Amino acid sequence: MSFLKLFKSENVANNSESIWYENWQLLKKNKSAMFGLYIIIFFVLIAIFAPVVAPFDPYAQNIDIRKLPFFSWPYILGTDDFGRDILSRIIYGARISLVIGFISVSISLIFGSFIGLISGFYGGWIDKISMRIIDIMLAFPYILLTIVIVALLGPTLLNAMIAIGIARLPQYARIMRASVLAEKAAEYVEAEKSLGVGNVELMFRSILPNCLAPIIVQATLGVGSAIIESAALSFLGLGAQPPTPEWGLMIASAREFVSSAWWIVTFPGIAILFVVLGFNLLGDGIRDVLDPRLKD
Amino acid sequence: MENNKFLDIKGLNVSFYTQKGVVRAVRDLDLWINKGETLALVGESGCGKSVTASSIIRLIPSPPGKIESGEIFLDGQDILKLSEEEMQKIRGDKISMIFQDPMTSLNPVFKIGDQIAEIFITHYGLKKKEALERAVEMLDMVKIPSPEKRVKSYPHQLSGGMRQRVMIAMALASPHPGIMIADEPTTALDVTIQAQILDLMKELQEKIQMSLLLITHDMGVVAEMASRVAVMYAGRKVESADVYSIFEKPFHPYTVGLLNSMPSNEKYKHNARLEAIEGNVPNLLEIGDGCPFENRCKYAKDICRNKFPEIKDMGNNHHVWCHFAGELNF
Repeated sequence: MSFLKLFKSENVANNSESIWYENWQLLKKNKSAMFGLYIIIFFVLIAIFAPVVAPFDPYAQNIDIRKLPFFSWPYILGTDDFGRDILSRIIYGARISLVIGFISVSISLIFGSFIGLISGFYGGWIDKISMRIIDIMLAFPYILLTIVIVALLGPTLLNAMIAIGIARLPQYARIMRASVLAEKAAEYVEAEKSLGVGNVELMFRSILPNCLAPIIVQATLGVGSAIIESAALSFLGLGAQPPTPEWGLMIASAREFVSSAWWIVTFPGIAILFVVLGFNLLGDGIRDVLDPRLKD
Repeated sequence: MENNKFLDIKGLNVSFYTQKGVVRAVRDLDLWINKGETLALVGESGCGKSVTASSIIRLIPSPPGKIESGEIFLDGQDILKLSEEEMQKIRGDKISMIFQDPMTSLNPVFKIGDQIAEIFITHYGLKKKEALERAVEMLDMVKIPSPEKRVKSYPHQLSGGMRQRVMIAMALASPHPGIMIADEPTTALDVTIQAQILDLMKELQEKIQMSLLLITHDMGVVAEMASRVAVMYAGRKVESADVYSIFEKPFHPYTVGLLNSMPSNEKYKHNARLEAIEGNVPNLLEIGDGCPFENRCKYAKDICRNKFPEIKDMGNNHHVWCHFAGELNF
């Protein structure tokens, strides 16, 4: 038995697993991260199969069944002030919230990382100029900056995503720049230079993959906060417009009924809570795996 | 003889402009290596060995570093006059370099096979598949067991010795390997692996008739590998000769001190304590025009403080920069 085991571990060592594969193995052992991942998968599936899963049309109004309390069959979570099924609206809302999360994070991830990579790699005046701009952006109160951008672009859902993406961009630029500065000094970079590797290739092929770890953590956590922020923008009337089944908007439009029909406000709130919790748990788990200081 | 020099450095001056002032890391350095020859560049930490190496491959971090003056002829071409693009083509082609710490000198996120194959793709224009086949051949050449499997390994799956072999393979993968710069290639390895790596380097060097600039502070390595030796101290070359005359009759007090601090020295047969050179390397910021070794030298006189000595030819291509060369009894 022990011989078999020895043989097996030998095989594993020869299997040439990449760092990413190893990290995935580690992540799988992290229960809370996996719980977070399951939550995310659950919501993603719901979003994809919304027309199948949702019992009713999320836009269909019915004056006769206004503000039905939850568990009034067949409206499991009750209806809102226009008689729309809350469960169906939440299910369709998952589509919007996840898309907002991914798109706004992609915007800040792509542009922020690019700025950070360039300014960290080249240094000098490029670095000085871009980092001062980043400083200015960081000096703005975050929500104010988003509101300003939305106000300039016009209050639509797409503009809200762009605004959140732009407002979050400095964080990614800073993180990227910091890790590029650290990686740039590594000996393998000098070794590759000594083999005649050019700047662009060095930057994107050699250094960038080594800087991804902290960015991935930031992006995972960022999806959750982007969802909250878009809900906040919609709540303020600057994001999704009625009758879109957006979670933040659902809370905003029913806020006057908090004392009389609490379920209209509560269930979209719980949906936000779970999605964000999922991304936060997963993000924390990824950080635990990728941070060398937390490894044995 | 003149056109046999593969690398010829003339009057090289390299400075670093720091906030505290100008550090003259390399001063008036002349150095040459013939084709297929091994030159050992010896000296303690901070004496300018590595700066010299980086200058040859033109990878001095600039700013703060600057090559102030001098000429570096590589295969008859002054590389200091080349543009950055032209230089980039030479790196990994005629010159290659291996580094001190094999643990960090490979990119951790790529398989070693891909990293070697990359050289064949950039310098030979091969397709990925052919390049990988060549990578296996290279690993075989540097005697890595089961190379077909190892090309798929990531750097963290290999030991230090193995990684240094991979680095050597990458250095030798260049189309026209003319000179390899080895910056303390064995310092980070344990002694048995050290011997294996040195043997491998020597064997491959003889096989492909390549020049080797070996940077080290280990006189044992020098004795084993080099045909000629240049001793550097605080940015200056203080003695150069073939390896036999350096070990047999060193003329510079600093070289004598280096040799005396070797544990394998005859003196220590009866458990005597190792002899160290007293004092510290001078601060390169405060160094004057005199002999840099003056403050640690037992034989220093007033003239040493004020004037850097002229070259003294002791015959047989043995050159010393000491006012009292040949007059001292060690």
